[in-house]
Amino acid sequence: MFAAAMLAVIAALVLVVVRVIKGPTVFDRVLAGNSVGTLAIILVAVLGFLNGRPEFLDVALTYGVLNLIGTLAILKFFRHGDLAYDEQEDEA
Amino acid sequence: MLLTLLVIVTIAIVRMRSLFGVIALSGVYSFLMASVLMVYDAVDVAMTEAAVGAGVSTVLLLAALHLTKAREYPQPRPAAIPLLVAVVVGVALIWATYDLPAFGIADAPIHKHVAPHYLQNAIQETLVGNVVSAVLADYRGFDTFGEVIVVFTAGIGVMLLLKGRRQGRDGREGDAR
Repeated sequence: MFAAAMLAVIAALVLVVVRVIKGPTVFDRVLAGNSVGTLAIILVAVLGFLNGRPEFLDVALTYGVLNLIGTLAILKFFRHGDLAYDEQEDEA
Repeated sequence: MLLTLLVIVTIAIVRMRSLFGVIALSGVYSFLMASVLMVYDAVDVAMTEAAVGAGVSTVLLLAALHLTKAREYPQPRPAAIPLLVAVVVGVALIWATYDLPAFGIADAPIHKHVAPHYLQNAIQETLVGNVVSAVLADYRGFDTFGEVIVVFTAGIGVMLLLKGRRQGRDGREGDAR
């Protein structure tokens, strides 16, 4: 059963990578990049159970945190054109 | 399977003209690479790859894209000689790999030299439970210390360069913030 799940995850990865490469707009790419991170989390988790080492779940959690940081940085940059954006500066 | 995906993403990175898309793709690449390392049971390397590749380098690349121009100058001439050099060096390196011992066999010279000593005596000599940590932080302590100094110096250099640039630009525009 885990092997089937693994195959499904890899198939989803292929589809998402196609979207990252083809994606006409930036948002397609950002969303697809985020999905790759999510699928990597699932892949690591499934792999852990497939090999009988559920400790891999910790690594999957770390991936989740990193995925959030990367996506947030990209979106913030796209919105403001700057990473060190500060709302109070705008009001002043 | 994952490696095929990696190759596809790499080719796409090289061929893509939108720098923003390249940054998104490099994040994708890092996660795929980390998954491949995970499959090879190299959990620590996979963690480092995910943290540095997907986390920090995405932010750094975005910052670099903000600081520099996003326009590409036209290629002055076809790059035939560099291509030739790259192909020749690649073929020579592949040819050289035939002299190496087969991948992953247990009696390669690298596994016969000091590794058994570490495995046998590391815990008694250093009182560190993890042999990899013992080798990195104790047996090769000075080596690791040197690496830390190199990284630290590079960081200071980059900070000095960027600081000077920021002040110069603000002075010219008369808009100190």
